[in-house]
Amino acid sequence: MSTDPKTLPGADPHTGNREIDPVTGYDTTGHDWGGIKELNTPFPKVALVALVLTVIYSVIAWILLPAWPLGREYTRGILGLDQQEMAERRLRDLVALREDWLGRFENPDFTALSEDADLMAIAMPAADRLYQDNCSACHGRAGSGGPGYPVLHDTYWLWGGAPEDIAMTLQVGINAAHPDTRWAQMPAFDWMEDDELSKLSDYVAAMPSGEADPDSEASTLFAENCVACHSEGGAGGLMNGAPSLVDDAVIYGQDTESVMATLRNGRQGVMPYWSERVSDAEINALSLYVSRLPDDGAADGAETVQASDESPAEATQ
Amino acid sequence: MAVTATLTSTERQIGIAISAGLAILGLAMAAVAKTGPMALHGGMALVLGIALVFYLGGALYDHPEPTNRRHAEYYDAPTRFGIVMTLIWAVAGMGVGVWLAALMYWPEATPAVPWTSYGRLRPVHTSGVIFGFGGNALIATSFYVLQRTSRTRLADAVSPWFVLIGFNLFCLWAATGYVMGQTQSKEYAEPEWYADLWLVLVWVTYFVVYIRTLARRAEPHIYVANWYYMAFILVVAMLHIVNNLALPVTWGAGESFTIWSGVQDAMIQWWYGHNAVAFFLTAGFLGMLYYFLPVRAQRPIWSYRLSILSFWGIVFFYMWAGSHHLHYTALPYWVQTLGMTFSVMLLVPSWASAGNAIATLNGAWDKVRDDATLRFMFVAAVFYGLSTFEGSFLAIRPINSLSHFTDWTVGHVHSGTLGWVAMIVFGAIYSLVPKLWGRDDMAWPKAVEWHFWLAIAGTLIYVVSLWNAGITQGLMWRAYDEGGALSYSFIESVEAMLPYYAARTLGGGLFLAGAFLCTVNCRATMRAAGDRVDEADRPLATQPAE
Repeated sequence: MSTDPKTLPGADPHTGNREIDPVTGYDTTGHDWGGIKELNTPFPKVALVALVLTVIYSVIAWILLPAWPLGREYTRGILGLDQQEMAERRLRDLVALREDWLGRFENPDFTALSEDADLMAIAMPAADRLYQDNCSACHGRAGSGGPGYPVLHDTYWLWGGAPEDIAMTLQVGINAAHPDTRWAQMPAFDWMEDDELSKLSDYVAAMPSGEADPDSEASTLFAENCVACHSEGGAGGLMNGAPSLVDDAVIYGQDTESVMATLRNGRQGVMPYWSERVSDAEINALSLYVSRLPDDGAADGAETVQASDESPAEATQ
Repeated sequence: MAVTATLTSTERQIGIAISAGLAILGLAMAAVAKTGPMALHGGMALVLGIALVFYLGGALYDHPEPTNRRHAEYYDAPTRFGIVMTLIWAVAGMGVGVWLAALMYWPEATPAVPWTSYGRLRPVHTSGVIFGFGGNALIATSFYVLQRTSRTRLADAVSPWFVLIGFNLFCLWAATGYVMGQTQSKEYAEPEWYADLWLVLVWVTYFVVYIRTLARRAEPHIYVANWYYMAFILVVAMLHIVNNLALPVTWGAGESFTIWSGVQDAMIQWWYGHNAVAFFLTAGFLGMLYYFLPVRAQRPIWSYRLSILSFWGIVFFYMWAGSHHLHYTALPYWVQTLGMTFSVMLLVPSWASAGNAIATLNGAWDKVRDDATLRFMFVAAVFYGLSTFEGSFLAIRPINSLSHFTDWTVGHVHSGTLGWVAMIVFGAIYSLVPKLWGRDDMAWPKAVEWHFWLAIAGTLIYVVSLWNAGITQGLMWRAYDEGGALSYSFIESVEAMLPYYAARTLGGGLFLAGAFLCTVNCRATMRAAGDRVDEADRPLATQPAE
């Protein structure tokens, strides 16, 4: 390209001067695209400096860190960092930090544990987060359950509410894939005649209030079909997953329609097992946490229970 | 003037043949698929093809043919159509966006049917605004800018229509496919294989008409805007083809398996995803900025040298940066380091572009103050600078460990798309619509001012609330107490988002209101079209008769 200014595009052929922009004082490049022109502004030094700085940053990063591929290998960087090792080390550090208090939960002497106020002050808030992350989706933020999911902050328990029982439920689940899982099934009584189902539903729905007629046909049906699991008079308490039918606690509802649906279709609710997801010590901490949820939950039916926004953490600390 | 009147009878016949081909393709798709989204999409192509056959056939002998004098004029009819489609997609895509924002705050605010679930609506929003709104704006303005800066008419009259109509068919297939549950599960590349193949056809046609027109230019040099538009067209073709390589389950199923697997699939996806940001949402819009800003400000581009540095810096560095989407994943550390460092170096050419645009306004600041249209472009350049700084910053690995998976990313994206992309599009639209419909100004000049303030308020509220949201999430997720246990459960971090999600819905709503106002204003302007002709706005040399 010619360096003679007189031959450059847009230049005055006699003086070599090009159009000068009055605002900036720079000449134009001589290009014109449908009215758009460009200034021949010198390259701003700041842009070059910035480019050099970012390149220096990059070169330093390449020297320190793994950076460039070399066939099947790559430059390791003089810091010798490996992201998997770093992640594992940080995980191990956290595990070590938790070991101080969580380690004590490996021995499930729940009485001794709960009597140690200092331990509880650390462990129960942590257990609350474990509960919120793992349990609250079904059982509610405050353990208030919901349709199909048991209330945890009341005094009614199908498989026992002592920390040891809760720990077992967490370990093996209910109707879960664990080989030793707690197993319970409410079979479908769909073979019954419609009028029998209807009478039985009415009967069961009337049990909590004590208004079920003991001399009715339904009472006979109940005795023949239900007491094996639900115990004499529907009192429950056999630790077989079959609930008491005379108390206020419900999972699926005890109005006529809900009972009818249960009788027709059966129930087999699932509580997953957690032994592969959280450690034994964490299960024990969670069990203690759940057992210590304040037993103030009104067990007045899942239909009316709404998950509370309040975390029960403060109450259990 | 009817669109058919701009076509010669040969061109009308070619159009009829292509439309018939589309109808036959649609029929074949529907026949092979029989049921499902692909059959419906075939039906849509069939109906569109038949409608176009009737439209062109009915007008075959109606209008006098354009004379050779048309070579002394630019061909703007496709651009007008593209702008109308841009506005339609703006309202639809942003409308769905506000709906989704409301769902984050109020999850029940959608009919309880699968079609309108969050997961299906989300790609309708992203594809609707990126491809529908942004894509139509890019294609429409690229044809306009290409002709002006080359001082020549488009190389032919049929292919621009094929590009625009074909592209919108792709967008429609995409959006309707999503609500029916069709997706190949690649972000921003959700449409299935047959739609992808169709887009390849459309895009190659786009490239050919662009390069043919550029080859006919009457100017010795190629203007910066065209470098960017060409980079946009070329690289998007490459990204689209490589990322969408897939094996259909059967020829009759709108389902496929990608040929990539594992971490390679992730890397290809984010090489695509980040360069979609680079070449779809940046390069093309920089082309728009480089044309409409100096024209509106009536100022020369501040520095030609800076333009060169920016262009080559952007096209070179961006290609390496995609792996910063995969920090702290199974992707090897060295790929992450490269992505991080190239993202940092990318800041310099990005800021050079933004700085060049802003410095171009020297001597025209009074116009920025008085003219809302130019102010849209100025704000676009500022947000371009802000969001590219933020992008480089977030790509630094330790910072990414805080921001990744949080709403900060979403805020960053919207700072780019609302503040930069949409603002420059609105600036271009307000420049183009009066001109292309033969008027001096928009029908309601005051509404442009209103739109500007709605847009800037909406963007700021949206972006600031999601900055807060994202940083809050990041801090809550990584906080451990002194006993080494997590300080917060996940649900607590969700609850902490509520005020920010409410604010982002408000911000998005304001932005949507502005876009709606723009659409109504444009419609009023189009209905009151005048006959003003800019005699200087013509190709330099008339083309010889064919």
